[in-house]
Amino acid sequence: MSMGKSIRNRLMPYTFVLPALLLLFLFSLIPILIALVISFTGLDITGLGNWSTVKFVGLDNFVKLFHDSQFLQSIGNTLYYVVIGVPLVVLLSLTVAILINFGNNKFFSFLRLIFYTPSITNTVAVAVVWTYMYNPNMGLLNNMLGKIGIGPLQWLNDPATAKISLIILAVWKAIGLNMLIFLAALQGIPRSLYEAAELDGANWWEQTRHITLPSLRFSIFFVSVTTLIGWFQFFDEPFVMTKGGPLNSTNSVALFVYQNGFQNSNFGYAAAGSFIMFAAIIVATLIQFKIQKKQQGE
Amino acid sequence: MDTNFRSERKLSKGVVGLILAFWGLMTILPFLWMFLSSFKSNAEISQMTQNFLPQHWTLMNYKNLFVSGNFGVYLKNTLIITLASFVGLLFNAMAGYGFAKFKFKGKAFLFIAVLSTMMIPGQVTMIPVYLILNQLHLTNTLLGIILPGLVGAFAIFLFRQFMSNISDSIIEAARLDGASEWYIFWHIILPISKPVLAVQGILTFIGGWNAFLWPLIIANDQKYYTLSVGLQLLQGQHTTDYGLQMAGSSFMVIPIIIIFLIFQKYILQGFNVQAEK
Repeated sequence: MSMGKSIRNRLMPYTFVLPALLLLFLFSLIPILIALVISFTGLDITGLGNWSTVKFVGLDNFVKLFHDSQFLQSIGNTLYYVVIGVPLVVLLSLTVAILINFGNNKFFSFLRLIFYTPSITNTVAVAVVWTYMYNPNMGLLNNMLGKIGIGPLQWLNDPATAKISLIILAVWKAIGLNMLIFLAALQGIPRSLYEAAELDGANWWEQTRHITLPSLRFSIFFVSVTTLIGWFQFFDEPFVMTKGGPLNSTNSVALFVYQNGFQNSNFGYAAAGSFIMFAAIIVATLIQFKIQKKQQGE
Repeated sequence: MDTNFRSERKLSKGVVGLILAFWGLMTILPFLWMFLSSFKSNAEISQMTQNFLPQHWTLMNYKNLFVSGNFGVYLKNTLIITLASFVGLLFNAMAGYGFAKFKFKGKAFLFIAVLSTMMIPGQVTMIPVYLILNQLHLTNTLLGIILPGLVGAFAIFLFRQFMSNISDSIIEAARLDGASEWYIFWHIILPISKPVLAVQGILTFIGGWNAFLWPLIIANDQKYYTLSVGLQLLQGQHTTDYGLQMAGSSFMVIPIIIIFLIFQKYILQGFNVQAEK
């Protein structure tokens, strides 16, 4: 074999992975480093035109963030989304999956399609539709509730109900995909386990508690972690529907980062905010891994 | 006792079916409402009491999307971005193959680097990516909108998983016959990988069609807006024109639902996360 050919052979694998690696490094890994660096600077719109005006400010951005009432409020809101949203998504998508797994005829597979549809549709389009449905005067929801004597509710216009209104929409959208993950797992449980339990006289609820749920442990963990990460980055819905209002009551950390970065051009400040979000996601994920490990140990 | 048990089971199946039917109806209600409202005139929508069905069907809203709403431009941009994202699909497949079937220096490290990008939230990278594209003079261009989301770690991972299972002897036999590595990739590996290509192809299409965050940040000029960004602008400009808004939403949602119904078989199978133990 000639020298030239063996070098070409050795380089060949890199030509396959290079395009993807290049893009991932340029748009995912290097940006992390840049974000870290600029979070210690006062980079803004003037700095963008003339880099020499950019000043190193140490931890100033981080200190300022924790005195910024808007940022603190968006942390509170984000925690609210996570604490209410994650259990709701896990519980409801698991319930739908178990119910759909009850039957295996056309009707049940048709329902599977129905429940999945919100997951693939565009968040902006769906948010626009729900904004209309939530309209206190003309919306479908108050229209329907009015017929049974409830309301009218203010939905997105009232700080007390705005967060819940966004959560309802996001949960509605999240059920489909997670239901599929649970369904795939449910179908992997051996039938013989249920047959044996039935012989022992176990009823449906006992079977669910002692066979179904333990077998789904990994799926539940997977769905919890991915859902948690998703809620920490909650952005599209508040961005389209409320812009963070009324009175900042629906602002999330992700939206706060966007507003400071792209509407006020405080890039350094926004980058610092995004790092706090990133740290929170990592800590929450690690805690979940710990819990999962502990449960496995039992 | 056995018949008793069976009839009990039939009854509970009926109850479950009823619960699911009601829940399912609630789930698609927003889509029905969206679609039917898109055919209502604004006068009809502003009435205090509304019918579910339009009293007078009209296509005015759809016409206005293109006449005053600029949706023709948005549609063109969205289609370009969607097409370009298939180049990304090819890059993902290539990388998946590289990691599955070749030995090379730094492979383990590079693969971990790829996987680690899955954990990075878009909000952390969006400012630096904007700055990078700004330095490259790519902000406010279609290329700038396309590049940041072109490849994805999760897709690379799925391709690698699938291609690892392709037998080495097929590849070795082709090499002995003198086939080049690229010939093997195009004519042997990709055809075998059809199932994973199908799933990824559909997800790529949906992702491209729904693209929102990067076009929102990178495009300053309406002529580069995608459908999502355009729809969001439309909502801001015509706050109370719900008929128009519903037409815009239907225009985005209905094609995806149709594609989903056609290819559902492939999509619904692709989500087994606990198969490998």
